[in-house]
Amino acid sequence: MKKLMIAASCALAMLTSGAHADERNLRIAFDVPYEPFEYKDENGDLTGFEVDLAAAMCEEMKADCEFVIQAWDGMIPGLLARKFDLIMSSMSITPERAERVLFSEPYYNTPGGWFGPDSFNADVTDMSAMKGKTVGVQRGTTMDTFVTEEMSGVVTIKRYTTADDMVLDLEGQRLDVVFVDYPVGEQTVLSKDGFKEVGEAVKLGEGVGVAMRKRDKDVAEEVNKALRKLKEDGTYDAIMKKYFAYDVKV
Amino acid sequence: MPPDFIAAWLNRNEIFTAMTIMEYWDGMVTTVQLVFLCLIIGLAFAVPLAILRTVKNPFVSGPVWLYTYIFRGTPLLIQLYIIYYGVAQIPGIQETFWWEIFREPFYPALLAFTLNTCAYTTEIIRGAIISTPHGEIEAAKAYGMNWFMRMRRIVLPSAARRAVQAYSNEVIFMLHSSAIASVVTIVDLTGAARNIYSRFYAPFDAFIFVALCYMVLTFILVFVFRKIENRLLRHQRPVGS
Repeated sequence: MKKLMIAASCALAMLTSGAHADERNLRIAFDVPYEPFEYKDENGDLTGFEVDLAAAMCEEMKADCEFVIQAWDGMIPGLLARKFDLIMSSMSITPERAERVLFSEPYYNTPGGWFGPDSFNADVTDMSAMKGKTVGVQRGTTMDTFVTEEMSGVVTIKRYTTADDMVLDLEGQRLDVVFVDYPVGEQTVLSKDGFKEVGEAVKLGEGVGVAMRKRDKDVAEEVNKALRKLKEDGTYDAIMKKYFAYDVKV
Repeated sequence: MPPDFIAAWLNRNEIFTAMTIMEYWDGMVTTVQLVFLCLIIGLAFAVPLAILRTVKNPFVSGPVWLYTYIFRGTPLLIQLYIIYYGVAQIPGIQETFWWEIFREPFYPALLAFTLNTCAYTTEIIRGAIISTPHGEIEAAKAYGMNWFMRMRRIVLPSAARRAVQAYSNEVIFMLHSSAIASVVTIVDLTGAARNIYSRFYAPFDAFIFVALCYMVLTFILVFVFRKIENRLLRHQRPVGS
């Protein structure tokens, strides 16, 4: 009797998995809040540019997607530990990261922007004018790498985990200037009185890609195909217009 | 100069270069400074506060009770956030001389850690004081010692013996709690590990190494407290050992 039941349940399992063979289950991770890419609206629902793009991509891939929230520090370890399958959380493509994860083609690129109080009037590219200033960056971002490589020893670099904490310290005058992903600075710093953009935005790196485990080459292929389709058929542009006044497409 | 084989090994691997080792070292110096200072200041204030806490008059012991209750009743992380970010939000603080102190993250963190460890230490010492055997105090009174002399000669020395083991725990907890200093931009041991981790995306290498650093520091603390206990509690040792 027992054997029969096991056999029956095995058969059932095979049948059901066969029926869903075409439909992939994907868990996609976001780190919120990172406006306007991924954040929670007034109702607490997950929304943003990357969330909308992920939803459109899933539809294109005919995948059954689940959205997961994961703090930035645990992003890559969580992916490798199979807590989720894709990262679509503004992860810039860098050689160091590419050692550990597989990136799709880039799906957007935003510049890094310099933001500071109205009283700030130094030229951010002039090292003698910047000497002794305190610059805030988010730890591990391409902006962090840029400031670390170009300005170490000239400025004091303070690294933050979240943009919120960094902006709080800019407001509290602990920082002279922040170098942050442009849209984030626009949402968090420029929305406040007494702050402005203080230098030319700098395009850094290749852009942002979907990160996957290295062995998931087939998923990467499907993701690339879906992204290319969305960029061509106008879906991408429609989503982009909803969140940005400027072009982030690559 | 390090031996050749260490230099060769350092040259081969990507993460533990001379530069990152220096970052860890600077972090260790910051951690030791922070923990050492907060423990010394905390202990210095904890002794008089513990004595006040044992006084019968509620107007004297009440405020101390309230202080230890607040700081033992809330997480250290929250205390640090309130002191570091809260102070910067006070209007006009940037124009006062206090800002010189609170601008850098080191002093807000030191203040939070000191207040926290002082609260715990106060309770440890208070517990040791109130468990002084009554006979010792009566004997001291019979000798005509006044309150101050009784405290200095009888109560505090015997309380120190009873408190030292619990206090050594508090010291080790404080060392580990200091890891949260990295959330307010201090590059302590944990801060160095987080920076290196985010640069190389190698969590095991970065964090296991820093865990070993903490274990070395803990080992030193345990060793020091073993020496202190041996000295303070030598009367408890079996005869002849």
